[in-house]
Amino acid sequence: MTATTDPIRVFLVDDHGLFRAGVKSELGTFGEGKLVIAGEAGSVGEAVVRIPAEQADVVLLDVHMPDGGGRAVLDALHTEYPDIVFLALSVSDAAEDVIDVIRGGARGYVTKTISSVELVDAIVRVAAGDAVFSPRLAGFVLDAFSDRPGGNPATDELDQLSPREREVLKLLARGYSYKEIAAQLYISVKTVESHVSSVLRKTQMSNRYQLSRWAADRRLV
Amino acid sequence: MVGGVAAGLSAHLGVSVLWVRVVFVILGLLAGSGVLAYGLMWVMTPAVETAPTVTKVRAVTTGRENRMAVGLGALGLALCAALLLGGFGTSTSWMVGPVAIVAVGAAFIWREADEAQRARWRGAPGAGRVRRIALLRIAGGALLVIAGLVTVILGNLTSDAIAPVLLAAMLTLVGVVVITVPWWMRLVRDLGAERAARQRQAERAEIAAHLHDSVLQTLALIQRRPDEAAEVHRLARRQERELRSWLYGPGGIAGRAAANGASLSKLLSEAAAEVEDTFGVTITPVLVGDTPMTDDLNALVGAAREAMVNAAKHSGETSISLYAEVENGIASVFVRDRGVGFDHAAIGADRRGLSESVRGRMQRHGGVVRVRTAPGSGTEVELVMPLAAGGKGEKV
Repeated sequence: MTATTDPIRVFLVDDHGLFRAGVKSELGTFGEGKLVIAGEAGSVGEAVVRIPAEQADVVLLDVHMPDGGGRAVLDALHTEYPDIVFLALSVSDAAEDVIDVIRGGARGYVTKTISSVELVDAIVRVAAGDAVFSPRLAGFVLDAFSDRPGGNPATDELDQLSPREREVLKLLARGYSYKEIAAQLYISVKTVESHVSSVLRKTQMSNRYQLSRWAADRRLV
Repeated sequence: MVGGVAAGLSAHLGVSVLWVRVVFVILGLLAGSGVLAYGLMWVMTPAVETAPTVTKVRAVTTGRENRMAVGLGALGLALCAALLLGGFGTSTSWMVGPVAIVAVGAAFIWREADEAQRARWRGAPGAGRVRRIALLRIAGGALLVIAGLVTVILGNLTSDAIAPVLLAAMLTLVGVVVITVPWWMRLVRDLGAERAARQRQAERAEIAAHLHDSVLQTLALIQRRPDEAAEVHRLARRQERELRSWLYGPGGIAGRAAANGASLSKLLSEAAAEVEDTFGVTITPVLVGDTPMTDDLNALVGAAREAMVNAAKHSGETSISLYAEVENGIASVFVRDRGVGFDHAAIGADRRGLSESVRGRMQRHGGVVRVRTAPGSGTEVELVMPLAAGGKGEKV
């Protein structure tokens, strides 16, 4: 990182005011110099208006909110402002709840119990173009892309993971960091990053049943 | 037996079922009043759910009692026939035949209604749909009822008067139906709405009870000891896990359908939860694929628990990763921590933790253990168990 990199402008979207305040102070402490809080919003409507206005780079987006939740914010902003990166934040770590937001264009997701250091790290990575896959999400994607006996074999390139991508995903699910994965597989960290980005793209675009059915049953608890 | 009325009545009055049935039969002989009484009670009294029979007002009949009922019914019918043939009946006794047919038809239909109620209680899938057999029974019953009624009418008339009488009857029926249609519709709609409201009420009560028992208690406990960070963390973690599982786990309020029986992922999650609570660490299980439990898999879970305990005790870290995968006939479990690691060779022969409880257990069941570790770079224990009862694993 060169010293002249601008701090990342982070925007918080969450309907729990207490949580927003907590994250703001944590990011202020642990992210000093690397990021700056550009603003916050407590509802979908507020977020849609203020995110472009504050020129945010990364948006920490709560999944479960009234009026359509994080997905609604993505639907409104993602196509018009493709440069804004969305990192989904969720209490429920049932990846089923998160896959909807991932398919909507989020670059990754973290749970609200994540430590501050890891949160800053995730924001930095996501701003640099990387995808953030928590072990749970990695496990879910593995499951979604595995071939069940009796199902139709996937023919589209988007519906299958390459063996290498599978290996990377498995190591992610086992709790390995990118550096550790690179060491384990004898590849560079850059290669690991590109594999993960490819997996993200496939997760977002594949028509696999496990992934696409969440568009239909959107259950907000 | 037919409609459960006698059984219910006997339970209610505290009298033996046999006597109640005898009374019904005797009354039945007296110009059919017993049959009428039985029919009225069948329709009017509410059915109560007792497995396996639907009975009115709570009773269960045994097999012997049922057989006696059949015997009694046959005896009653025989006596009835004998009385008729003996010419002891009244001037309207010729009606008994057709009326009996009507009664049998009605019994078919009412029994079908009871059957549908039973299916609803059992929660059988498609309980709302009427099956073909049920449809046949209802149609048969309806035919019998109509045939009986028609016979009663025709008995009194000459063939000239049939057409207008039938026409009048049909028109009356149509008129009644047309007049009361909005009433029926409203009844059905109100029933649906009320049922939905009652369900919502029940759900709300259940949620309130659960939250009261769990989350409120934990929050109160936390408020009482705010300075003990480790204890607060433990309480919060345990409550979080329980609530997550209640909300999103199998069988949960917002989760997938409940899995029956013990499965690998369920037991692994439970083992992880125990280790979490005992040692105050955080373990997040990631589970891909699942399979029902076998003896060998029990050993796998046991070995995984031991590995987690080792990580909790010796790694110096409070966060442990657990990953389990079932694929291609192999179940693999990875327990990883980012702690101090250890030097394999340096473990003394008297420290049996890793070798016996993990390796020994796995190898006895045909599994394999691989340990990746070095001082300062954490530890990963890999446990692999083939699913079909496999041969001996190799020592690594």
